[in-house]
Amino acid sequence: MTEPLALRSDAEALAAPLPPLLAEAEHLATTVLLGDHGRKRAGTGDTFWQYRPAQPHDSARQIDWRRSARADANFVQDKEWQIAQSIVLWVDQAASMRFSSDPDLTTKAMRARLLGLATAILLVRGGERVGLTGLRLPPRRGRGQLMTMAQLLSEDGAADFGAPEPQGMLPHSRALFISDFLGDITAVEEALTRAADRGIGGAMLQILDPQEEAFPFDGRTIFESMTGALTHETLKAKDLRDRYLDRLAARKDRLNTLARATGWQFQTHHTNESAANALFWLFGAMEHQR
Amino acid sequence: MLALGPIGFTAPWVLLGLIALPIIWLLLRAVPPAPIRRRFPGVALLLGLADDDSQTDRTPWWLLLLRTLAIAAVILGFAGPVLNPQNARDGSGDLVIVLDGSWAGAANWQDRIDRVDTLLSEAARLDRRVALLNLNNLPPDADLPFSAPMDWQDRLPNLQPFPWQPQDVVPWLEARPGQFETYWISDGLDWEGRTAFLAALEDRGNVTVFQTPRQVSGLRPARFENGEVIVSATRTPVGLDQEITVAAVGLDPAGVERQLATVPVNFPAGEASAETSLVLPPELRNRITRFEIDGQRSAAAVSLADDALRRREVALIAGRDDREGLDLLSPLYYLREALEPTADIIDGALTDILLANPDVIVLADVANLAAVEADALEDWVNSGGMLLRFAGPRLAASDLGRNNEDPLLPVRLRSGGRTVGGAMSWGEPKTLAPFAEDSPFFGLPIPDDVSVTSQVMAQPDPTLSDRVIAQLSDGTPLVTRKLSGAGQVVLFHVTANAEWSSLPLSGLFVQMLERLAVSTRAISSDDAALEGTTWLPRLVLDGFGDLQDGSTLQGVSGDAIAAMQPSAELQPGLYASEDRQIAVNVVGPETTFTVAQWPSSVTVEGMEAVAETPLKGWLLAAALTFMMIDVVASLAVGGRLRGPRADIAAAFLVALTLSPEAQAQSSDEFALRATTEVVLGHVLTGDPEIDEIAEAGLRGISQTLFRRTAIEPADPIGVNLETDELAFFPFLYWPITADQALPSREAYAKLNTYLRTGGMIMFDTRDADSARFGSGSPEGRRLQAIARSLDIPPIEPIPSDHVLTRTFYLLQDFPGRYASRDVWVEAAPPGAELVEGMPFRNLNDGVTPVIIGGNDWARAWAIDENGRLMFPVGRGRSGERQREIALRFGVNVIMHVLTGNYKSDQVHVSDLLDRLGQ
Repeated sequence: MTEPLALRSDAEALAAPLPPLLAEAEHLATTVLLGDHGRKRAGTGDTFWQYRPAQPHDSARQIDWRRSARADANFVQDKEWQIAQSIVLWVDQAASMRFSSDPDLTTKAMRARLLGLATAILLVRGGERVGLTGLRLPPRRGRGQLMTMAQLLSEDGAADFGAPEPQGMLPHSRALFISDFLGDITAVEEALTRAADRGIGGAMLQILDPQEEAFPFDGRTIFESMTGALTHETLKAKDLRDRYLDRLAARKDRLNTLARATGWQFQTHHTNESAANALFWLFGAMEHQR
Repeated sequence: MLALGPIGFTAPWVLLGLIALPIIWLLLRAVPPAPIRRRFPGVALLLGLADDDSQTDRTPWWLLLLRTLAIAAVILGFAGPVLNPQNARDGSGDLVIVLDGSWAGAANWQDRIDRVDTLLSEAARLDRRVALLNLNNLPPDADLPFSAPMDWQDRLPNLQPFPWQPQDVVPWLEARPGQFETYWISDGLDWEGRTAFLAALEDRGNVTVFQTPRQVSGLRPARFENGEVIVSATRTPVGLDQEITVAAVGLDPAGVERQLATVPVNFPAGEASAETSLVLPPELRNRITRFEIDGQRSAAAVSLADDALRRREVALIAGRDDREGLDLLSPLYYLREALEPTADIIDGALTDILLANPDVIVLADVANLAAVEADALEDWVNSGGMLLRFAGPRLAASDLGRNNEDPLLPVRLRSGGRTVGGAMSWGEPKTLAPFAEDSPFFGLPIPDDVSVTSQVMAQPDPTLSDRVIAQLSDGTPLVTRKLSGAGQVVLFHVTANAEWSSLPLSGLFVQMLERLAVSTRAISSDDAALEGTTWLPRLVLDGFGDLQDGSTLQGVSGDAIAAMQPSAELQPGLYASEDRQIAVNVVGPETTFTVAQWPSSVTVEGMEAVAETPLKGWLLAAALTFMMIDVVASLAVGGRLRGPRADIAAAFLVALTLSPEAQAQSSDEFALRATTEVVLGHVLTGDPEIDEIAEAGLRGISQTLFRRTAIEPADPIGVNLETDELAFFPFLYWPITADQALPSREAYAKLNTYLRTGGMIMFDTRDADSARFGSGSPEGRRLQAIARSLDIPPIEPIPSDHVLTRTFYLLQDFPGRYASRDVWVEAAPPGAELVEGMPFRNLNDGVTPVIIGGNDWARAWAIDENGRLMFPVGRGRSGERQREIALRFGVNVIMHVLTGNYKSDQVHVSDLLDRLGQ
């Protein structure tokens, strides 16, 4: 359990150097809510878009009298259609994320929360609406939302390995999954395909401990998952190393392929690397994907 | 006890446990190493991976071997192994233990004592009476000195070897009846009477001999031949090639005894003696006091050098070198013949010769000397030279010493001299009278054919009879001698050639020169030259070859010396008579060593008294070591040495190897810290409490300076004298603790440079409450020890006009926590004077490099991190006043350090104003 205030301030500090992240707007049919993103077409909004001749269904108070006075016809002022993007985050809070191979290294969960919240802060600053998957925190804007999000992110999950919750993702919104993706991959697959079906794009960030990449073990060893539910005993851990690394590479490859097939982006981040690098990548992934 | 070779077991049944070893092997083999449990989220990826083979669950064979060895060592250890178990000797009745006790046993004397100790212990166990005899030091009691073995064990440390061989032991034994068994600790050398003594002992009972064949070597007296020193050595004529190193030992010019030269001497296989030559310059040769065999400890390995090796330098000067004559008429011919074999002869002008400082100068018929020459000669005589003069026509004709005694003549002379028994005179040529007892020539035989026809005559004088050391049969002096200063003047009243007498033609002439120590040579046993003389031992050798003072021993007659047979009466050593020295050595020029042979009736045993060595502790320690190795090895095999924590160990190792660099880094940091601002330093004493107080004290004075003056010091720094640079600090505070380590040589060099280049050290012995300056408190003594190698100028108590009394505050007291007036600084130059009208002396150069006191200033100044005073000073208001004065003194000291004599110069202000015309 992490102190929500501390997490919030850490995330604010990490987010401070970046320019406001303006997520690319996509055409959203159903989630028409006002936001700061001009749609280059007439619609609801605050800024001027064009004058058009008044139609019979236009009420008299909509007529722009100043413009109409200079011509014979009546004109109505159209505003630009502005909407806000909705982004939902899934940050893995399972037990496996609470692993750290060295007291000096932060746990994977800590890093995942930090990156997730930092992204959320950037998005809120850019006027987007941010929320969590599942139904606990629907996308909203404002600093109060961030407080609530920090509070929810600080909770620890009881399961050994986390699985994304596909509920609560609005169609054509965007999503960000942060996890170690070491658990059952079918849940991820299902979530991704469902998201792709509903036109949701996004990014997956895999966070790994350096020890999980190196596997520096030897001798007779019993490996346990963080809750102790899964165990595996070997007599010569050194011999397992190559095969473990092969499997890890296969897992990453699978995730990558999945991401490409669904129009998502995938990246691996290690806890001994700088968190800012990962945030830059997230920034790019949120900005440039269309 | 079960014995296996040299090892016995006290509890052999435990060895049966060794049978269990194969079972333990199998058991150990069956148990694989225990697994480690690791938390690892990646386990999800591992599921389903099987191990390649199952071989590794067995413990490796070498680990098994290690464990088996450990268990075997434990079993063997508890079986009580003993190295060299001793079998008890049995016997009953009285026991006599005989020691040769000569120098030949000195080399391994302790072994002999240990052997005797073992034998005595056995005798004590068997309840036997024991008499312990050192054949060189037999007790005068009427009976054999039987006593309990324990008594003898107490006296064992008193046994010493003697530097001679046993003599006359059979009569001593025969005078003391009794039946006994004998253990004879032999030195391994044969000596005269040994066989007879053995026979006498065998009459009384069984004899067992303890003897180890051991090479014994000795050094014969060195001799001088053809300009070379011949060093010869002898040994027992058995054994292979052997090389020994002989060292010539003497005083070097600084008066320190050292090896002046070393030379190897090679014994060919089976040869008893070997010799080699040593060429040395005369100055070095004359310094040799003894020869030693390097690395051997016995009296025979030392050969003292005496006059035989020393060659005197004799200068010959004749008065008649203008006359070309036959050699035989030359006044120096006979002298030269007599001295050439035994002395180094110098020719030349007198002034040149005096520079060479010879031992003897001979003036043959020289009457007139220039005043400069005479003065120089007199100085030389007074400083220990020997002037030997011969008469002749010139001396007889001159007015030298007629009316007043010439300092360079022993007696006043009558003019002209006299001639007896010549063609133009009456009477027979005179012969020599026997030498008087107090004459150095006493004992020399006088040949009949020595006659004197002419002589110079001495004036009758009250002192004349004391100065005559040889006279003619009619009572007229032939040789007179006068002591002058440390030297002497000797006059032969005849010529040095055969003109006036036949003395120079006789052997007596040479002997007389020897007695006068004009020439020196080796003595031989049948030497008439030693008759009638008495020799005083100056140095004597003990059995180990160490030199002892012999001045408490009584004198020895020349006859005994001539026999050269060392004994209790004639201890080997250096004997002196007048100016001559003779060495009596253990090994003579003809001595040979013979190995003692024993008849078959005698049991001969070795000397080794090997003690029992229990091995239990060693074996158990070995078992423990094996187990420790096993711990590490098991960890390695089980993979516990790898993994995350191994990184820590590796990092630790890397840190160790990289630490010099880290040190360099920190020394840069240190320099920056010490030089960026003014920093006061205190010397780290190694006592954490004192160091902390010193730092707190300097912190306090730094804060006071900061508040009250323009000096704004940073936090003080503790200075390690050995590693830190001192030049950064204007001021070092050095609290003295009683157990402080002395600085190293390098540190002293740094300190002296520091003091010379303007640094100041304040020594604080912190003991003014209990001791005064210079009295013997432990800190005071430590300060003396520390300061001994420091370049500290003369010091004095702070005078009332010292610049320290007015650099910032006007002070006359210098208290710290204690208020002693004993505070010392560099003394004022002796020329300092009080100028008229000035309150202070003119003392305007230099900053005192040291302040020495015991007032414990640091405690008076000390404040803690929060600025609170750490220690009370005095009581009440007066205590507060004392602390204030202490702080003011500190301010004055630092001001003095940083501004030097600036305040001292102020006394000239009025003068300067005058000069400027104000």
